[in-house]
Amino acid sequence: MSGVVDLIGAVALIGLIKVVVVFVALLLTAALVTYMERKVIADMQARVGPNRWGPFGLLQAIADGIKLFFKEDFRPAAADRWTYAIAPAAAMVPSFLAIAVVPLGDHVTVGDRRVDFVIADINIGILYFLAMGSLGVYGVVLAGWASGSKYPLLGGVRSTAQLISYEIALGLSLVPIAMVAGSLSLSDIVAAQAGTVGNVTFFDGIPVLEQLQDIFSIVPNWYIWSQWPAFAIFFVAGIAETNRAPFDLPEAETELIAGYHTEYSGIRFAMFYLGEYIHVVVLSAVAVSLFFGGWHGPGLGILPWLWPLLWFLAKTLVVVYLIIWLRATLPRLRYDRLMWLGWKRLIPAALLWIVVTATVNTEGVSRNIRLAVFVVLAGLILAWVGRGDPRLAFAVNPQSGDDRGSA
Amino acid sequence: MNLEYFVFGVMFVMALGASLAMLFARNAVHAALFLVVTQVALALGFLLQGAFFVAAVQIILYAGAIMVLFLFVIMLLGVDTREALIDPLPGQRPLAIGLGGLLAAEILWVAVRGVELAAGGEDQATALTELNQNPGNVKALAAELFSRYLLPFEATSVLLVVAIVGVMVLARRIGRVPNTGTGAESASGSDKEGAAA
Amino acid sequence: MPDSGVFEYLAAGLRGAVSRTNALPNCAFCVLVFGLSATLSYPRGSPRSCSHIATSGAVPAVPRDYFSQYITIGIFVLVGLGLVGVTLQLARLVRPNVPTREKYTTYESGIDPIGRGWTQTNVRYYIFALLFVIFDVEAVFLFPWAIVFERLGTQAFIEMLIFIAILAFALLYAIRKKMLEWL
Repeated sequence: MSGVVDLIGAVALIGLIKVVVVFVALLLTAALVTYMERKVIADMQARVGPNRWGPFGLLQAIADGIKLFFKEDFRPAAADRWTYAIAPAAAMVPSFLAIAVVPLGDHVTVGDRRVDFVIADINIGILYFLAMGSLGVYGVVLAGWASGSKYPLLGGVRSTAQLISYEIALGLSLVPIAMVAGSLSLSDIVAAQAGTVGNVTFFDGIPVLEQLQDIFSIVPNWYIWSQWPAFAIFFVAGIAETNRAPFDLPEAETELIAGYHTEYSGIRFAMFYLGEYIHVVVLSAVAVSLFFGGWHGPGLGILPWLWPLLWFLAKTLVVVYLIIWLRATLPRLRYDRLMWLGWKRLIPAALLWIVVTATVNTEGVSRNIRLAVFVVLAGLILAWVGRGDPRLAFAVNPQSGDDRGSA
Repeated sequence: MNLEYFVFGVMFVMALGASLAMLFARNAVHAALFLVVTQVALALGFLLQGAFFVAAVQIILYAGAIMVLFLFVIMLLGVDTREALIDPLPGQRPLAIGLGGLLAAEILWVAVRGVELAAGGEDQATALTELNQNPGNVKALAAELFSRYLLPFEATSVLLVVAIVGVMVLARRIGRVPNTGTGAESASGSDKEGAAA
Repeated sequence: MPDSGVFEYLAAGLRGAVSRTNALPNCAFCVLVFGLSATLSYPRGSPRSCSHIATSGAVPAVPRDYFSQYITIGIFVLVGLGLVGVTLQLARLVRPNVPTREKYTTYESGIDPIGRGWTQTNVRYYIFALLFVIFDVEAVFLFPWAIVFERLGTQAFIEMLIFIAILAFALLYAIRKKMLEWL
């Protein structure tokens, strides 16, 4: 009996240390990303960006945090008391909980105990990530409703409809990854992407491609090569889930003031703000784990446990950079176009890609048939994406398309 | 103290407390939120049983999807509309009391007979633990789902299609009633529908 | 034969990295090129460390005890909730509190608010929520199939094709009936 208690005690102790370290690291990264976003966008717009606090303005995020912490924070008289109070926490907590299943690095051995650099390696990791995403809706819908104000209500309801629409596409885009990895655990998925692509024999017998396939022995074995459509869907849906540009309609200041957090101020607003950046970081981390090999990467002999962590951080920041870049580049979508994209493009595309992945990966079907099916399905995808789009001159009949979002 | 008992106690208090709070909440949105807490507590219960997949489904579908639908319905009806105290359906209150009494009797019976009913439960619990270890929870579930429970599974897809058709019929009818939405958006929508018809 | 367009693009990217205005996007491009060359030092073929998959027969040092993993998640939840709560309470202690009547009115672009904030929302949101529930059920059913479909073979493949086809038909029907039109 005491052995059981000892084991649970040790598990809880290691868990607590992991949790605190990851929590602090995540908050620091999110603060860094707020600074990074302002600096990167300033650079893209030929401005300077924050440069007053600390070297290169690095302490700007901390200064902002302190300022918001000491600001007066009041609840409007029309607001619903308890819901107004818990909405910021409901927005922030699910966004950081999802990091729990993401493997951040390899493992170290402390004594006779193997400690993995992941908070919890559970067998339903992908579903856990989706569950946290579905709980993240509540922060938005509660903030919008609790404020007792018109703009937050409209922003909250719009945003909720957006979140649930893209949640389906997000979930469906992860199914092909589960198919090729044969597991829902993110640790297994990362482990399956170890090493390089290796010896490819697919193009044997085809003159030029046969020579070119040697290059695969130095290409890392990431799922992005075979699963890039899944990544495209995941990335678009993920950005929509984080409420960021070009999907930042809930905060569209020209029509909704600040959307669901119009009535929030001080530390409660800071929670929404930080929650959004934590969500961005966590989403990037999940994208890296699912499509870019997670923590795998070449390392030197010294400090073998450090290199995976650095690789993971670097890859995550590159994806974060992509998301920031999109914000600087793309204009905001109109709401009907947003729904059009989610329901009539991403969801059918995700379903189609699931079928494609299943067809390609099913054993016992000859290579030629699989190639033929693949070509036919690729043609279908292209024809279907281009159909009815008014910008494409070769579209069959743009006027007859039922699926155009614009009126 | 056994940790599982502790977690079960937490789950028990959470589920029961939130359910009671839901019953006595005056505000519809608060009631819906307490129901969310109940769903999360039930997911915890599934987790405790070793049913990991069902726990995740409980959160994704019930806490995440169906409760959002509830909130939308509440917002569609308007939160501060007074509760109607006159029954639109006569006789539904006695019927509800009767059915509630039946349900209470059933629960009481299960609770009293619970010890007997759970006699074979030990073996099944260890079998589930082994299944969770060897092929894994989701794999074992999938193997069952796609062999023995194939017909119910395919019937589910038909059920979902029926649900979609039902949504359409429902929305059509609501769409014809004038002024259900907020101002301009719904007005332009019904105009367009009128022009199309 | 090398595609000259690619090299032109590469050269333009390197040139652009020097100029100030578009420095960072092009820096990202350089980082990508650098990253590709860095992968040259990848260990070939042999996976570095994938203990779970490669040695599934052998017993790892600590078995994957899922219950303890969920306990760790529970600790994470508690620590997170605790820190959020502590932050909110601390802020309550240090922040000023200067109530004035105007401050507590609802924001409505600077004019006095008209009517109540809680109005009815559009029925369209309800329709999308219902469709969301339906397709969420579908997505959840796909996951158990996804991780076993190779083992179950052709039968499960065809079963799921039928499942997806029926629901894709439903989606198509909804599109044709203009259920998904927002305007």
